Amino acid sequence: MKTSIVVPSRRQAQRDDLSSLGEPILQTRQLSLWYGKQQALDGVTLDIPKNKITAIIGPSGCGKSTLIRCFNRMNDLIPGVRIAGEIFYHHKNIQDPDVDPVEVRRRIGMVFQKPNPFPKSIYENVAFGLRINGFQGNLDRRVEGALRQAALWEEVTDYLHKKSGLDLSGGQQQRLCIARTVAIEPEVILMDEPCSSLDPIATAKIEDLMLELKRDYTVVIVTHNMQQAARVSDFTAFLYLGRLIEYGPTKKIFENPDKKETEDYITGKFG
Amino acid sequence: MPREIIQEASSLQAPRGRYLKERLIRGIFFACAFFAIIITAYTIIIFAMGSAPFFESVSPFEFIFTIRWSPLIEPFSYGALPLIGGTLLTTGIALLVALPLGLLGAVYLSEYASPNVRRALKPIMELLAGIPSVVFGYFALLYVTPLLRNIFPDIQFWNALSAGLVLGIAILPLVSSLSEDIIYAVPRSVREASYALGATRFETVRRVVLPAAFSGITAAFILGMSRAIGETMIVAIAAGMTPVWPPEPLRPVMTLTAYIVNVATGDAEAGAFIWSTIFAVGALLFMMTLILNTISYFIVQRFREQYE
Repeated sequence: MKTSIVVPSRRQAQRDDLSSLGEPILQTRQLSLWYGKQQALDGVTLDIPKNKITAIIGPSGCGKSTLIRCFNRMNDLIPGVRIAGEIFYHHKNIQDPDVDPVEVRRRIGMVFQKPNPFPKSIYENVAFGLRINGFQGNLDRRVEGALRQAALWEEVTDYLHKKSGLDLSGGQQQRLCIARTVAIEPEVILMDEPCSSLDPIATAKIEDLMLELKRDYTVVIVTHNMQQAARVSDFTAFLYLGRLIEYGPTKKIFENPDKKETEDYITGKFG
Repeated sequence: MPREIIQEASSLQAPRGRYLKERLIRGIFFACAFFAIIITAYTIIIFAMGSAPFFESVSPFEFIFTIRWSPLIEPFSYGALPLIGGTLLTTGIALLVALPLGLLGAVYLSEYASPNVRRALKPIMELLAGIPSVVFGYFALLYVTPLLRNIFPDIQFWNALSAGLVLGIAILPLVSSLSEDIIYAVPRSVREASYALGATRFETVRRVVLPAAFSGITAAFILGMSRAIGETMIVAIAAGMTPVWPPEPLRPVMTLTAYIVNVATGDAEAGAFIWSTIFAVGALLFMMTLILNTISYFIVQRFREQYE
């Protein structure tokens, strides 16, 4: 595992603009959301490209987390949520009554802000999703593969069954959560401020990992660390007060934003 | 100039009487905490002294392991196994009612019910705990037993089954309220992790929430069991006063508590040998609940999950 802070190639992103964003995997159209009477999202229209890292940035309470929780219907679990507008996954509206949120979540995985391993062994943490999905193949190999992909295998190989997921350090726990997510081979991985409770070295490892994951997965990351968005993402969406203010290639958003609010936020005038 | 220095220094001193007040308050709190310990110790001493005459003539082995209890009618015999059996039978029946209902009810309230339903149901459930046990006793005797007669025609007027079932209802609020608190305390983040991996609600409950709450639920069950063992009125009224071995659900039995009530409310003289038997039975009861509570304590210690 490299521990150096990675400077990603942004060449690709520089060439891209939104018109060459490629086949979108997730799309929202005029998406609004209310928690009870309080509106959290207001008419967000956004295309998330396949096999890219898309960052969603914005000040606290701007609706970033709410937005990505729409993509795997996690907001269903919160009482009193009302959604208007459309959310498409491969051009299928996932809000349709014939869509089972459980199936959506098996294809669109999620890593949370605070590492939340199960109070089970490391092995069982990774095997959990496979077991509930009725996985028939070689469980051991799949668990090892997922832990290797999350760059955690070397550190835990001796304690797979002995240590609880909760015995690991914060950064290891978060990589365990990533391993758990990739084990069921989703198509999209949503990350809700995955590094906000981690130190810089652990953060660097997770960022490394995101760039690795990009080959096989589409990654959407919410962050209020702007350097992180700049380092890892191909596209960046700036959200403010529930509205999508600006969306484009990361380099453009950070170096030459169209909107004044974006520039003010990027340069630290508010936030 | 010196005056000012003195003033500044003196302003850092506590106002007069503060130390005394703090020490007094500390002493009162200490006395309250110590009071519980004193009472417990005193109770144990009373039990030991009260039951001493009994154990001078009856060996503990005979007391716990022989099967004929006849302290009032000759030939006298002091095998408490029928009483222990009666207690365990009614307690066992009670747990068969309280464990599944309590656990499933707790899971429903915590995992399935909407916040409004939860807010409404939980106090109602806890209200059940406020019903006096004497009411439960007559409920068992005059309502449940006749009802059971439809299923078991040869059930007797006093019987372990009806007392046990109602005893189960009586400890239900305790079991389910404690379990519910414990299940509800499993962090939401752990549930979310499960849902995000494509688990259904039931898979989440079965594979994540219940295992995480296991130790607490076990402790709640043992506390419920402890309560059932010590419960007096319901079994004294509805289970009967007949120490038999082996105890049978459809026939009268006598529990440890019922025996104590029987003798204590009878015309036995204080100081008579019979008086020492209730101390012996009481000590046995105390040991049983003490062991259970200790087990529950260690289970909680051993299996407690740290989420941070």
